[in-house]
Amino acid sequence: MIEISNIKKVFNPGTPNEVLALDDVSCTIETGSFVILLGTNGSGKSTLLNAVAGTFFPDSGTIKLNGTDITNMQEHQRAKYIGRVFQNPCSGTAPDMSIAENLALAVRRGAKRGLGAALNRGDMEEFRKKVKSLNMGLEERLANPIGKLSGGQRQALTLLMSTWIKPDLLLLDEHTAALDPKTANKVIQLTESIVNKDKLTTMMVTHSMQQAVNLGDRILMLHNGKIVYDIKGADKRVIKASDLLAMFDDIRKKEQIDPSASDMLRENYI
Amino acid sequence: MSLLIGALTIGLILSLLALGMFISFKIYNFADITAEGSITLGASIAAALIVSGMNPLSATLIAMAGGFVAGTLTGIIHTKFNINGLLAGILMMTALYSVNLHIMGKSNLPLMSQQTLISLAGDIGFIPDNDTAVLLVILAFVALTGVALHLFFRTNLGTAMRATGNNPQMIRALGVNTGLMITLGLGMANALIALSGAILAQYQGFADVQMGIGMMVWGLASVIIGEAIIGGGSVGMLIIGSIMGSVIFRLLVAVALRLGMNPNDLKLITALFVFIALVLPYITKKMKKRGVEVK
Ligand SMILES: Nc1ncnc2c1ncn2[C@@H]1O[C@H](COP(=O)(O)OP(=O)(O)OP(=O)(O)O)[C@@H](O)[C@H]1O
Ligand SMILES: [Mg+2]
Repeated sequence: MIEISNIKKVFNPGTPNEVLALDDVSCTIETGSFVILLGTNGSGKSTLLNAVAGTFFPDSGTIKLNGTDITNMQEHQRAKYIGRVFQNPCSGTAPDMSIAENLALAVRRGAKRGLGAALNRGDMEEFRKKVKSLNMGLEERLANPIGKLSGGQRQALTLLMSTWIKPDLLLLDEHTAALDPKTANKVIQLTESIVNKDKLTTMMVTHSMQQAVNLGDRILMLHNGKIVYDIKGADKRVIKASDLLAMFDDIRKKEQIDPSASDMLRENYI
Repeated sequence: MSLLIGALTIGLILSLLALGMFISFKIYNFADITAEGSITLGASIAAALIVSGMNPLSATLIAMAGGFVAGTLTGIIHTKFNINGLLAGILMMTALYSVNLHIMGKSNLPLMSQQTLISLAGDIGFIPDNDTAVLLVILAFVALTGVALHLFFRTNLGTAMRATGNNPQMIRALGVNTGLMITLGLGMANALIALSGAILAQYQGFADVQMGIGMMVWGLASVIIGEAIIGGGSVGMLIIGSIMGSVIFRLLVAVALRLGMNPNDLKLITALFVFIALVLPYITKKMKKRGVEVK
């Protein structure tokens, strides 16, 4: 279970570029829940995931993972509990290192790294087996540098790597956005099967209404650094893409009346 | 003949410097100018300890440890205090200048008749010629160091270090403290560089506070030449390349000096060489792009 309480994050405080990226966000995500994060560009989805992953520390608020307060833990310390796949396929793998070496790095996520050989025969057998299950023919290319692979292949491998050691929480930030539709579909199917198989607690950012409808058991919609809709249970099961689009429209309409104008209206009419 | 042996020997001694620069520059993309201070540090520690009567092996190991500390400090300045890498190196190099003067007590410390690793190597029984014996012993030692380094970069720790240079975001997400990896790596690199300095001092018979000037670019040149010869590839190949690059570069310089090049121009030419090697890939890329546009 992950408990996010009153998280606030301001970027570039005190400068003309000041952005309130997370505005007092709170939510609790049950163990085994698969949450989809929606929202317009700049609404704070990535910032929320980064706050949970520890890319930066929030200005205030706390984050607890399975009862442990991780708010002040460094990113690399939290990595023991958290698996991540990024939007950019280049972000999740070390391009100049071989597929096998990348996998070997992932096998030891959160563990001590000493002077043992990174690649041993037993591991290689397991690598081949799991990579073969991707059906991408990559099991024959384990010694090749991973940077030579396509974006889809790299995302599939990153997904495998981030879940090799079962994470307490899986963070996916638009991990199919850089892929062509067909490849994106493949990676989504893989995501679904991995998440379902291990009942992984997952937070996934997407701009695809289709993915939001088909996947997960809960939708959080963010706007201006706040959670504006929280759809779960039966509501989530019956929701349609058109409903979600209507919500976006709703937000947009409210947006047209900017805050100062609405204050003025309130003064004059209420 | 002895000129050739001399050039080969110095090339091999400096290949340890090249291996250090290989770690900071190729593994971490970090142009670490600490090298100029730590090669002198290695030389001055070894020389001072040997003059004081310590056995040369212990003196050399302590010199290496000194380099490790220097590199680690650069790493800490860079990663813990968020100071730009080049500036962190410059701070360390500048500080080391005073440290080195203190260690030696003067700006030049000669090794007179003391026993050194070099004199020990020269006295090896079954090779009659002293200089050849020294060359062979150093060759064997450098080869062993290269193999050890190659094996190290295949361990869990070594691959985590390589990944830190290759994609820090990724390896942090896999639980590695990238600041620690950079600090450790710079420590290793400067330990090798100090070792190079310690052996060089014993070979040439003195340590000098100025001996580090230009050494970083020298090391870079070796790494770059090596990469060009080997044509890139795995870490193991690049390690072999760096060693070969150092030896070849030293031979080229020896030939150029023999042909009448003014020794004062040596550093200028080295710098020009590294400059060209660094911009060449960029220029060819640009020309290729332009070629596409013309079509
Ligand atoms: N490192 C940063 N420095 C300054 N501003 C930032 C930083 N990261 C995010 N922001 C700002 O915070 C706000 C929220 O950004 P965030 O990346 O979380 O949006 P998002 O919902 O992920 O959008 P998108 O759908 O475009 O990915 C934006 O206004 C963005 O410009
Ligand atoms: Mg985003």
